[in-house]
Amino acid sequence: MAETGTWKVKTGLAEMLKGGVIMDVTTPEQAKIAEEAGACAVMALERVPADIRAAGGVARMADPTVILRIMDAVTIPVMAKARIGHFVEAQILEELGVDYIDESEVLTPADEDYHIDKHQFKVPFVCGARNLGEALRRIGEGAAMIRTKGEPGTGNIVEAVRHMRMVMGEIRRLSSMSKDELMTAAKNMAAPYELVVEVARTGRLPVVNFAAGGVATPADAALMMQLGSDGIFVGSGIFKSRDPVARAKAIVAATTHYNDPKVLAEVSKDLGEAMPGLEIATIAPEQRMQERGW
Amino acid sequence: MLIGVLAMQGAFREHRLALEACGATCREIRKPAHLEGLDGLVIPGGESTTIGKLLHDYELFVPIREMGKDGLPIFGTCAGLVMLARDIEGSNQPRLGLMDICVIRNAFGRQVHSFEADLSIPALGEAPFPGVFIRAPYINKAGEGVEVLAVFQDHIVMARQQNLLVTAFHPELTGDQRVHRYFLHTVAGLPA
Repeated sequence: MAETGTWKVKTGLAEMLKGGVIMDVTTPEQAKIAEEAGACAVMALERVPADIRAAGGVARMADPTVILRIMDAVTIPVMAKARIGHFVEAQILEELGVDYIDESEVLTPADEDYHIDKHQFKVPFVCGARNLGEALRRIGEGAAMIRTKGEPGTGNIVEAVRHMRMVMGEIRRLSSMSKDELMTAAKNMAAPYELVVEVARTGRLPVVNFAAGGVATPADAALMMQLGSDGIFVGSGIFKSRDPVARAKAIVAATTHYNDPKVLAEVSKDLGEAMPGLEIATIAPEQRMQERGW
Repeated sequence: MLIGVLAMQGAFREHRLALEACGATCREIRKPAHLEGLDGLVIPGGESTTIGKLLHDYELFVPIREMGKDGLPIFGTCAGLVMLARDIEGSNQPRLGLMDICVIRNAFGRQVHSFEADLSIPALGEAPFPGVFIRAPYINKAGEGVEVLAVFQDHIVMARQQNLLVTAFHPELTGDQRVHRYFLHTVAGLPA
C-alpha cells in the first residue's frame, strides 16, 4: 500500500533539488520569472529578508493568499517559512499544501527554547545551521534538509562561508575519529549520538545541505558549491538587484557550472548592480538573524 | 561501458553511485563535449522545467535528441520520463519528445502526497521493487511500440520503447539496483 510522509520521500524531494537554485519570491509574477530563469523551487514570502531587516518589528508566516497565488502560478515546488517553534504556522502551511517548510530564523522566533517537532508532519522541513551540532539537532527533530544560516538580507557571503566551512570541517574531523571518541564528540557538539556515528561512517550529512544567507552574485553561488553545498538559496539577492532576470539566470548557470571558470566569467558579465551589501560588523549582535534558534 | 549522467540539476549523484555499483563508468554531462563516446545516458529526477531550459541554454538539447533518435540507450526517471515524453498534458515546456507516450506531471499530487509503495515488475523478477514516488508523473497514454513494464493503481509507471526506458519512481534512492541493471544489460545490451 502507498505510504505518504516517509523519511525517504521527505529527504528524496531535497535530493531532486540538488544542484539547483531556490529563489525567494513575493508575487506570482516574480515566481514566474524565477521559474523561467531555471529555479528548481521558490520560497513564497511577503517580504524578502532585506526588507524584513529594514522594517523591523515582528516578522511572521506569510498571508496564505500570497502563498496560494504563488502555488497557482508555477509548477515547480513551492516552499514557505514558519517561525522557529511556531508549530501552528507549520500546520497551516501543511494544510495549504506547500512542498517544503523552512523553519526560519529570518522570521521572529515564536519559541526561544524549542524548535518544531518536525517528525509530526507529512510535509518536509528545511532548517538553518551554523555548525554540525546544530545541523544534527535539527535533523534529530525531523528536518529533511539543512541550509547554512549565513546572515540573511545582507548580500554579504562571509557568514554563509563561515557556516559551510564549519560544517564541512567538523565532518572531516569526525571521519578521522576512532569509535571511542565519538560519544565525547556527540557530547561536545550537543548532537544525537546515532547521527554523529552515521556522519563519522559516511563522511557526509545524512540529508542534503544547501547554502543560504548572503548569496548576491554568480561567483558567490559557485563559491558555496565549491565549498561543498548541494545547492543554493537566494533570498534578497535577485529581486533586490538592478536586473533580476539576468541575475537569476546567471546564478542558475553558476550553480550548475560551479567548477568551470570560463562559464563563470561569461555569466558574470553585464549583470548591472548587485543588491546593496551590509557589513556584518555594523549589525548589532542582537539584530543578527543567525543568532536565533540554537 | 561509459554511461553519461545528465548533471544539470537533480539526483545525478545517486544515479552515478547506482551505476558504478553495477560496474559502469560514469561521466557527468554538463556540456556538449561531454557526450562523446557514451554507451548510454541517464536523465535523472529533478525539475523537468528546469532541466529542459538548461538543456537549451547549454546547447545539449539537439545533440541528445539526435543521439536518442540514432539509438543511444537513454534511461529517464521522473523528470527524465517527462523529458522523454512526446506529449505532456497541459504544458508546452521543452521536451526531447522521443517516446510515444503522454504524461501528466505531478499526477499523484504535491509533496504531501509523495509516497512509497511496493511495485510488481515482472521483468525484474518476483520480488517486489521499492517504489519511491516524489511529486511523480505517470503515463496516461502509451503508443503501440511501447512495452508497459509496471502499473500502479491503474497508471503506467514504468515503460520501454526500444532504446528508451522510463520510470515515474526513483530506483536511485533505494539501494536496489535491478532497474539500473535492466537498463545496462537488457535495454543497452552491454555485457555484464
